[in-house]
Amino acid sequence: MAVEAKLEHRTIAGLVRPGASVLDLGCGDGTLLDLLVREKGVRAQGLERDEQAIYQCVAKGLSVVHGDIDTGLSEYGDRSFDYVIFDQSLQQVRQPDHALSEAMRVGREVIVAFPNFAYWPSRLQICLRGRTPVTQALPYAWYHTPNLHFLSIADFESFCRERSVAVLRRVCLSKARTVYALPNLRAETGIFLLARTVAPRDQLLARNRLPVPGNPQQ
Amino acid sequence: MSLHLTHRRSDAGLGSVGETETQSFTFGSLVLESGEVLSPVTVAYETYGSLSARRDNAILLCHALSGDAHAAGSDRATGRIGWWDSMIGPGRAFDTERYFIICSNVIGGCRGSSGPASIDPATGKPYGLDFSVVTIGDMVTAQSRLLDHLGIDRLLAVAGGSMGGMQVLEWLVSRPGRVRSAIPIATALCHSPQQIAFHEVGRQAIMADPNWKDGSYYGGPLPARGLAVARMVGHITYMSDLSMERKFGRRFRENRRPFKFTADFEVEGYLHHRGTSFVERFDANSYLYITKAMDRYDAARGGMMHKALAGSQARALVIAFRSDWLYPAHQSREIVKACKLAGLDATYCEIDSTYGHDAFLLETDEETHLITHFLENVTRGRTDNIHGS
Repeated sequence: MAVEAKLEHRTIAGLVRPGASVLDLGCGDGTLLDLLVREKGVRAQGLERDEQAIYQCVAKGLSVVHGDIDTGLSEYGDRSFDYVIFDQSLQQVRQPDHALSEAMRVGREVIVAFPNFAYWPSRLQICLRGRTPVTQALPYAWYHTPNLHFLSIADFESFCRERSVAVLRRVCLSKARTVYALPNLRAETGIFLLARTVAPRDQLLARNRLPVPGNPQQ
Repeated sequence: MSLHLTHRRSDAGLGSVGETETQSFTFGSLVLESGEVLSPVTVAYETYGSLSARRDNAILLCHALSGDAHAAGSDRATGRIGWWDSMIGPGRAFDTERYFIICSNVIGGCRGSSGPASIDPATGKPYGLDFSVVTIGDMVTAQSRLLDHLGIDRLLAVAGGSMGGMQVLEWLVSRPGRVRSAIPIATALCHSPQQIAFHEVGRQAIMADPNWKDGSYYGGPLPARGLAVARMVGHITYMSDLSMERKFGRRFRENRRPFKFTADFEVEGYLHHRGTSFVERFDANSYLYITKAMDRYDAARGGMMHKALAGSQARALVIAFRSDWLYPAHQSREIVKACKLAGLDATYCEIDSTYGHDAFLLETDEETHLITHFLENVTRGRTDNIHGS
């Protein structure tokens, strides 16, 4: 495909090990999965609720299941995938808390990308104009947004802390580049690589991709 | 409805398979699941397209309750069009320029394969109820013998809707090594009590017909009224309330006779027509045998389906239709769930159709899109198992 992949997708692809198995929750027309298949050789599976998007995924040669994240995730076995991805979909499910814990069960690692509600233009639109923010990352008017939940990067970090979810990597993006300083103010999108918190020794082994002795899962 | 259906269709090559003729293959005997032996066994079949030199492009299509081997083209003798004609042919979903398509009549049926109307060699008369009870598994065994005969070891795909979908599931469970991909459409792992109940009404209608005579009616008057009623019940379950509303509304028939118990409404006339025309092409005993085979079938063998699928590496394309209340989408989602748990690479689409169960024969644009791309992908041989090993 000639169209260059957008920064967010390239960033997610950078977090994924080649040849891994990936479940993309709310995969839309399959753009991200297609990129991951072509560039990372992943074994891909999508879950998507929109019928037309299913047809587009199938045309790209992707395996995709027509269904809802809120109900469709429970049908996968523990650790069925190396990565479970929420690309702009966690804020759209009815119960993000439950969906994320299910994703942590189904995937060895979880990638979450979401629009940062505390991005400074959003803050200006609320504080100065008194309006519900509409930005490039949050492009919907209040009456037709698919987003059910609005969160900031700081919100998500404390959410992970409270649930003892380990943040393995965090990449924050503005329109065209990575943001390092003051991401909760300056970044439009937050991308997190998460894992269940494990004992320090196991964590070290997992980082080095070594089999954990005596663990039948490996 | 805006459809993003982008399957490649070369209009030049798009078309029918043309004239076709049902062939038959007869072999010595078949040990049935019941333990009884059926001998000899005839399987009626048609093929379209040509088998590749590597014999790796064969697709088996499995027909539904009232279907037969004549899936595509126009029958040389009668001119009748095949039951899935719009899906089979050059440039169509089951592209006969790329794939070798096989469709056979199920055993127990009455369209050329061995069934209760066949002659029992022991008596020289039609079997009637002496014909052994057959199962979906037996139907698949007969199909596999046909494949042996045709020199096909492994199928590129096996596809079918309704009862055909049950056979697809049976192929996955009983012969996982012979199936590279499976397309079960508008089907179920097993029948719900509601599905069994509708079938039982049909069977009781046949058996209540005085002409049925415990199944030995051959050569005499047929249990036509009973079979027609059975078919009428069937047709009600194949439509949705919306498709009936659109097709008939409360419109009256012409020449109706008010205040008599004749067919006033168009829907009544339609059902009567469907019932009586069915009698001309279907045997009442076959209706009993086949509906029983469907009711008794359980792909999961009473256990968990994902365990029954353990031996399979096949890719699956599961299709359901939103308005299908006879085989509701949740039954297809059970199939998908089993694929997920078994680690099979599965695609599932619930097509937003208003046609009810009939949709699997009517929504051919959506099915063509899904199946065309799915088969291309299977042919290209992307990973067999999503989770690897």
